[in-house]
Amino acid sequence: MDLGKDKMLEMYRMMTRIRLFEAQVRDLATANEIPGFVHVSIGEEASATGVCAALRATDRITSTHRGHGHLIAKGGRLDRMMAEIFGKRTGYCKGKGGSMHIVDFSLGILGANGIVGGGIPLATGSALAAVIAQRDEVTACFFGDGASNEGTFHESLNLAAVWKLPVIYVCENNGFGEFTPMRTVTSVTDIAVRAQAYGIPGVIIDGNDVLEVYRCASEAIARTRAGEGPTLIECKTYRWEGHVVGEQAFLGKASYRSETEVAEWRARCPLIRFEKFAAESGKINAAELKQIREETGAELEAAVKFARESPLPDPAEVTEDVYSG
Amino acid sequence: MPTTFIQAINQALSEEMERDPLTFVMGEDVVLSAFGATKGLIDKFGPRRVRNTPIAEAGFVGAAVGAAMAGTRPICEVEFASFFYCAMDQVCNQAAKLRYMSGGQARMPITFRCVYGAMGGAAAQHSETVYAQFLSVPGIKLVVPSNPSDMKGLLKSAIRDDNPVIVFEHGALGGQREEIPAGDHLVPLGQAAVKRAGEHVTVVAIGAMVPRTLRVADKLAKEDVSVEVIDPRTLVPLDEAAILASVEKTNRAVVVDEGHWRGGAAADIAAIIGEKAFDFLDGPVRRVTTLDVPIPFSPPLEKAALANEAKIEAAIRAAVGR
Ligand SMILES: Cc1ncc(C[n+]2csc(CCOP(=O)(O)OP(=O)(O)O)c2C)c(N)n1
Ligand SMILES: [Mg+2]
Repeated sequence: MDLGKDKMLEMYRMMTRIRLFEAQVRDLATANEIPGFVHVSIGEEASATGVCAALRATDRITSTHRGHGHLIAKGGRLDRMMAEIFGKRTGYCKGKGGSMHIVDFSLGILGANGIVGGGIPLATGSALAAVIAQRDEVTACFFGDGASNEGTFHESLNLAAVWKLPVIYVCENNGFGEFTPMRTVTSVTDIAVRAQAYGIPGVIIDGNDVLEVYRCASEAIARTRAGEGPTLIECKTYRWEGHVVGEQAFLGKASYRSETEVAEWRARCPLIRFEKFAAESGKINAAELKQIREETGAELEAAVKFARESPLPDPAEVTEDVYSG
Repeated sequence: MPTTFIQAINQALSEEMERDPLTFVMGEDVVLSAFGATKGLIDKFGPRRVRNTPIAEAGFVGAAVGAAMAGTRPICEVEFASFFYCAMDQVCNQAAKLRYMSGGQARMPITFRCVYGAMGGAAAQHSETVYAQFLSVPGIKLVVPSNPSDMKGLLKSAIRDDNPVIVFEHGALGGQREEIPAGDHLVPLGQAAVKRAGEHVTVVAIGAMVPRTLRVADKLAKEDVSVEVIDPRTLVPLDEAAILASVEKTNRAVVVDEGHWRGGAAADIAAIIGEKAFDFLDGPVRRVTTLDVPIPFSPPLEKAALANEAKIEAAIRAAVGR
């Protein structure tokens, strides 16, 4: 697949937006400027970006508690996301959702989710809706290695396989669920092999290589768009940061992974990897990448300012939006 | 030595595991223990009896139920109470009913622990007070401690109980400290505590609402409003006698709970008072609860949604006409 230069730059911009946004959110949460639980996906930018780059604007995604990256990659605005994380009225959910629950239906973002595995049946149903309404729409479902042990994962894959639904399942395998190493609670080393049990293709890819993710997602999306059913894509990746910002306060001296392991994965940074590739390709020069970083920095600064200056919701809004109509 | 809520849980688990070799702990991340309740158990009891589960609530909750039926005494942690929704069949159809449906053959000595309630910005899927969802499922006992000492004594009784018991630990009570009676400290299930004696109004307060109600009672005492605070401690079984005796004395009742107004524990207790103490009441039984909305994320909205001290004070004032 020969990628155009524009597509490549777009993917780099997305990864940069995710990286800078999450680093900022992490710092704001550490400084107690943001309430609630905050989970960041730094180090995992390529899977969100590569998959969403292969989707159309009319396609949909479901996300997880670690969802900022997916949402940004699907077109989420940094200012309204940041405002939501600050609990402001100008946020995507008027302050009712927060970091774990950002939604923008107009962009096909059916939502981050506080329930592990909670989004998997929703993605399946979103694909069912495309079949019922006879619309050419695909849904991409993001979830973690831990979520693949939930019943919802298994029930959904079977259902989508039987009905040949237009959905792709994207497992971001970062090796841990909270502080528990995946291998101690998961019957297989590769989540992708679980596809076999449901008679659908399962592929393992390097989740830190945005181009590989893009290629693989494009194929799976084309296949499911053509009515051939779902694919399970396993992106091998790693989260550089803690499970939740501030986890050291609970953990104290206890640790659940080695410094060496973290360092090894930091060396496999998806952004640096792309920068190298760009340099080698001869199509993109360093100045273009630098410009993207600078533009993103400015976009982010504006987003934080917007969030800080936005009003909090009025307490009277608490009873709004429980029911429609 | 002053003990926290979390330490109280840890002590209860450790003591009961020592006492009965067929007890064991299972749940997500219980080995490392993010909240600290199961910290160190792995070192004392080893990996056979302290087991990290996959993130698979329907599966591991059900496995705990099966293990109880087969003669062991599981202590199963369900992290946040809202995650019970992922395992409802195993709790409500299986654990709750099997003894009855088997004509009394099954014994179901299982204890579930979970963290419930709003703790500041955790949003709707991690802040809910869910015990009412189990109130109308006969066969399950429900325990809602409000202080470290009760926490320890009730949890120990729950573990020794031969029925499914769910112990609800409020996420915002974790840091509270107090002296706990030495020795084998047990608090029986089904016995309310009078947390403060008073004459003018009975306030039945549940869980995290107990310390808040006590603060309001302190404040009102300065205006000579004498508030009796009853902590039922367990919602099933419920110490109706203690609640009714208090209402017979004060003739006024307020029920304070962090659950919702409709269909909640407050509605349930208010109905019992209304039905059984009607002749003693000088006014309606008032409920102070969380609004009937999912718990919102943003702090001003969360504050508006929750039962709080201002709302408790207003209800008590309305009840006593002050
Ligand atoms: C049903 C449910 N169970 C447990 C949790 C608590 N929890 C939040 S994130 C998490 C780990 C999820 O692991 P994984 O799916 O691998 O995603 P990751 O955090 O690694 O991105 C757990 C156990 C939850 N939110 N929902
Ligand atoms: Mg994981």
